Amino acid sequence: MLIYEISRKGRRAFAQAPAAAPSSDSLPRRFRRQRPPQLPEVSELETVRHYTRLSQKNFGIDTNFYPLGSCTMKYNPRGANRAAMLPQFLERHPLAPEETGQGVMACIHELQGELAELTGMRAVSLSVMAGAQGEFAGVAMIRAYHDARGDTGREEILVPDAAHGTNPATATMCGYKVREIPTGADGDVDMEAFKAAVGPQTAGIMLTNPSTVGVFERRIEEIAATVHEAGGLLYYDGANLNAILGKARPGDMGFDVIHLNLHKTFSTPHGGGGPGAGAVGVNERLLPYLPVPRVAEEAGRYRWLTEADCPETIGRLCTFNGNTGILLRAYAYLRMLGREGATRVAEYSTLNANYLMTRLREAGFTVAYPQRRASHEFIVSLKGEAKELGANVMDFAKRLLDLGYHAPTTYFPTLVPEALLIEPTETESKRELDGFVEAMVRIREEAREDIDSLKGAPYRLPVRRLDDVKAARELNLRWEA
Amino acid sequence: MPFIPHTEEELQEMLEAIGVERIEGLFDEIPSSLRSASLEGLAPGMGEMALTRLMRTRASRDEQPACFIGAGAYDHHVPAAVWELTTRGEFYSAYTPYQAEASQGTLQVIYEFQTMMSELTGLYAANASLYDGATALAEAVLMAVRANRKVKSKRVLMPRTVHPRYREVVRTIVANQGIELIEAPLDDTVGRIDPEALGRFEDEPLAAVVIPQPNFFGALEEVDRLTDWAHGLNALAIAVCNPVALALLTPPGEWGSNGADIACGEGQPLGIPLASGGPYFGFMTTRKDLVRQLPGRIVGRTVDADGRTGYTLTLQAREQHIRRSKATSNICTNQGLMVTAATIHLALLGTEGLSRVAAACHEHTRELVHKLTAIEGVERLFDGPFFHEVPLRIPAPADEVLPRLAAEGVLGGLDLSTEFPEWGPALLVCATETRTSEEIDRFAAALSEALHGSGRRAHG
Repeated sequence: MLIYEISRKGRRAFAQAPAAAPSSDSLPRRFRRQRPPQLPEVSELETVRHYTRLSQKNFGIDTNFYPLGSCTMKYNPRGANRAAMLPQFLERHPLAPEETGQGVMACIHELQGELAELTGMRAVSLSVMAGAQGEFAGVAMIRAYHDARGDTGREEILVPDAAHGTNPATATMCGYKVREIPTGADGDVDMEAFKAAVGPQTAGIMLTNPSTVGVFERRIEEIAATVHEAGGLLYYDGANLNAILGKARPGDMGFDVIHLNLHKTFSTPHGGGGPGAGAVGVNERLLPYLPVPRVAEEAGRYRWLTEADCPETIGRLCTFNGNTGILLRAYAYLRMLGREGATRVAEYSTLNANYLMTRLREAGFTVAYPQRRASHEFIVSLKGEAKELGANVMDFAKRLLDLGYHAPTTYFPTLVPEALLIEPTETESKRELDGFVEAMVRIREEAREDIDSLKGAPYRLPVRRLDDVKAARELNLRWEA
Repeated sequence: MPFIPHTEEELQEMLEAIGVERIEGLFDEIPSSLRSASLEGLAPGMGEMALTRLMRTRASRDEQPACFIGAGAYDHHVPAAVWELTTRGEFYSAYTPYQAEASQGTLQVIYEFQTMMSELTGLYAANASLYDGATALAEAVLMAVRANRKVKSKRVLMPRTVHPRYREVVRTIVANQGIELIEAPLDDTVGRIDPEALGRFEDEPLAAVVIPQPNFFGALEEVDRLTDWAHGLNALAIAVCNPVALALLTPPGEWGSNGADIACGEGQPLGIPLASGGPYFGFMTTRKDLVRQLPGRIVGRTVDADGRTGYTLTLQAREQHIRRSKATSNICTNQGLMVTAATIHLALLGTEGLSRVAAACHEHTRELVHKLTAIEGVERLFDGPFFHEVPLRIPAPADEVLPRLAAEGVLGGLDLSTEFPEWGPALLVCATETRTSEEIDRFAAALSEALHGSGRRAHG
């Protein structure tokens, strides 16, 4: 039932609006709407009950194991949320004088420094609002760098075929052509194809390391040297930083610019699709181009650096200062972890992934790169199950939901057939991992016994499989009375 | 170990299962030349108790006086239930609803949100949010250039009455795609675009015209004439709106003879705390026939295998995870949790509640303007109709006056002289429904004192 279907004309949550309706006669008639917008008319209790019930139709990290590969669905500490929601933080206007924002700016400044330290970069800007925007900032900086040198003939960005879709989409938004690089049989970049692709037309390369196939790119130093020799730059997609936090730094690998997803590695909430927050970090070479604003400290006083301080910046990517409230959560999380805790993130997320990979392999599932260590994630290919039992990735995914596990990432990366990309994260216990293995084994048994029944899953959720074709063909994007 | 559940015994069992002696062995594929030294730059960890103490100390430095700044972010009352519900773990800790059956809560919230935004803007199709108002406008500009099949131009008319920050962000985002932003001047007697002065932009084709309502200065634009003018040139009309104002103002879908083609704006006024600038959310709606050009997530209603109603992400072939380099945008993560808050906020207020909020903001701003312009030398910068926000000329430099107001517990508006030096000292002020008459009086008294010393108010 929709909130609109609960609505009754004339009912309202009386505590929530100014008491009297002041006249709006001072607005000239030609600007005023003739028909009021139709919003729900419901009581406060009806609203609370409706949205409480809706929330109960969701899986979240707080309710279920959520091993969504490349998304780092780890526990979001409540303490970080409470810290970010302190009233003074919430009530401050973004354009209020800097004197009234020294508390929040101190946090942002320290976070900039800690993230630079963790990644081996020279400086960090926190004004980008999600991973994809961080990617945009990164590639725009690469472009600004080449342009500033009058090196305008570089038209291509190299992107591995296993990369997130945001990488090629971002390159296009920055006016570049995308050239895909194949992945070798061992999961690393195909070096021969890579070297053949690099040339004077190469503006840069976008890489995720550990990569989206769940392994550490071992020849990263050689890749960096090759790209740099050709005059290109390296962009690091931080989607998988969780796997190497405190163990290896993108700056040391030769990357010139990085973005981080604070909602992944730094445990800020995913919120049903955001808000995220991206950090972008650069080395000395790209420092002039960092997006504004960022926070500087001078003699114990914090202030925003703007275009006036950074004349070569690629500019501004947000109306105000980025997703500040998310930055506070990431800051709080990192302070609680500290230096030992940061390293433990990589250790235990990698431990959990390798343990889960080992157990699934022992249980007879096919791992995409069995000769490799898993990073904090790995791929199981259900090609065999699909062929022999008729049970494909979607069938396993939907049945996992029935058994209380959110499905891993499905059909990605596309170069592995019937791929399940599984990322358990460090905050899951051995008991949860063992339970997941049992669920996978059980589903395979069910496929053997009654494939038609499996194809009908899920059975225990608020809805069964949805008709996506109907959704797209008979578009219904809003309620109508 | 904070947030890590493993016991020593479990650790040993797991290592044994994997076949390594120590966790360190799992990192043996990383070349030794790349292994990090210790993280000296990071402080040692702290418990939640120490963290809470630290953050309370930090927050206590950020106490804010009564806020009369608007300029794109507004101090509205947010009902308690909004964030109590929004931070429920099932909303807070879920991700993008890829597995629709396990995400019906989030998906239905977005469908309800789409309906509400469609109602407010008078356009059929809404997406599930963009990052903020400025990036929503940038995406709208990209969409208009893509969608305009009659005019193959990359020129977009961007009036100077659009928020300066929005103009900057749009420039940053569209610069590398060869899109030319043409600045249209404003009529500085009324603070809005002069429709009569647009003739000189008719010679070369325009893909789109951006029309703010209310504009950055709170002035009401002649949206009907501007929309028709844009359509007369086969340009698309992009509306940039304050969603609270839309409770009272003509929705973009009804502007001119045929309505604006795309509406977008900042969602912050719908239940989102000011929070030094974010997270907020951008919204975007469009006509039904342009829906395939919309960027971002869209939720559709459908049925399940048993014929029951359900909701799912739809038209995904527009998006980066399917179309890669040919996607309508690179956006992936949006501002989902903020949309949840906005939906609950709008449900609690309802049609009447939102109209009352809008009307109260407008009345409070009128009261403020009345009291401030009674001070000698303080006057409205522009004549003409406004909504909820007004620029005032003051007889002393704003950067001297504002700190004196702050000392009296008043954030006295935005200093316009940095961005618009040609008008001399000026403040952009706004009083939402949360500002009281007492605070407005305090502002007037403090301003009078700052400008003229005690008791020298002229005709107030």
